[in-house]
Amino acid sequence: MIELHLLLLFMIVAAIIAVEVKDLISSVVAVGAVGLGLSLIFLILKAPDLAITQLVVEILCLIILIRATIKRDLPLIKSGRWHFNTFSTLLFIIIFLTLAYVSLKDLPAFGYPILRVAANYLKEGFIATGAANLVSSVVLDFRAYDTLGEATVLFTAVMGVLVVMRRIGRKHE
Amino acid sequence: MSTYFLCLILFCVGLYCLLRKRNLIKIIIGIAIVEYAVNLFFILVGYRMHGRAPILHREQEVLNMVDPLVQALVLTAIVIGLATTALLIAIAIRIYDKYGTFDITKINKLKG
Repeated sequence: MIELHLLLLFMIVAAIIAVEVKDLISSVVAVGAVGLGLSLIFLILKAPDLAITQLVVEILCLIILIRATIKRDLPLIKSGRWHFNTFSTLLFIIIFLTLAYVSLKDLPAFGYPILRVAANYLKEGFIATGAANLVSSVVLDFRAYDTLGEATVLFTAVMGVLVVMRRIGRKHE
Repeated sequence: MSTYFLCLILFCVGLYCLLRKRNLIKIIIGIAIVEYAVNLFFILVGYRMHGRAPILHREQEVLNMVDPLVQALVLTAIVIGLATTALLIAIAIRIYDKYGTFDITKINKLKG
């Protein structure tokens, strides 16, 4: 799995560039690189549905971010307790990484999942639902209430965007 | 093991951006990076060595497929992530219209 490690390293480098670069447009473009690398990783990890969805979502996300950043300024201020704050943040992240490294040893090894729930879906998915794509059989049949909740969240967010972005409020009569 | 750890490092890059930057757009970018890392971690946990995609074929025996459950969950999470990012951006644009800056320390007129 050497290509997986290379793509992960590429994503980390692109993320660091996105965090540290001064220009906002360059930062947005670097985030797009991270998302497209994620789409390629989904292809390598045998998840074609996710790769297609991630590609579309990434392009839409990029368009929205560029709409927000174009012709707007970026204040880069280093006032206040800059060194102290950076040091404490890095200390927290190092502690977090150490604890995570210890606790990651309890996970099953990479490439050998437990599959306690999914073995049932793999065995009976086609007989129970008749769908050749097992992911869509899980999304639309076994866990359909989950998808209903997702649609609710989606439409609530869209309504929120429309309310926030509306130019003219209704006048009082 | 090392794959999981690289994924966690990506998570920590996003976390650093979220905690340390003062620009609203940079904070939204940090949230997006954290979200990518979490989605990737789910898919890594569900991967099976030399597995194939969970799509049935007529002549193929169901022997060695990757986990379809985590793929379904992450499919939901990706779409919700786009919607929440759009909502965050809309609020950030409105804040810029009102205050003329993205700096979060200058946005302090909320108290009546």
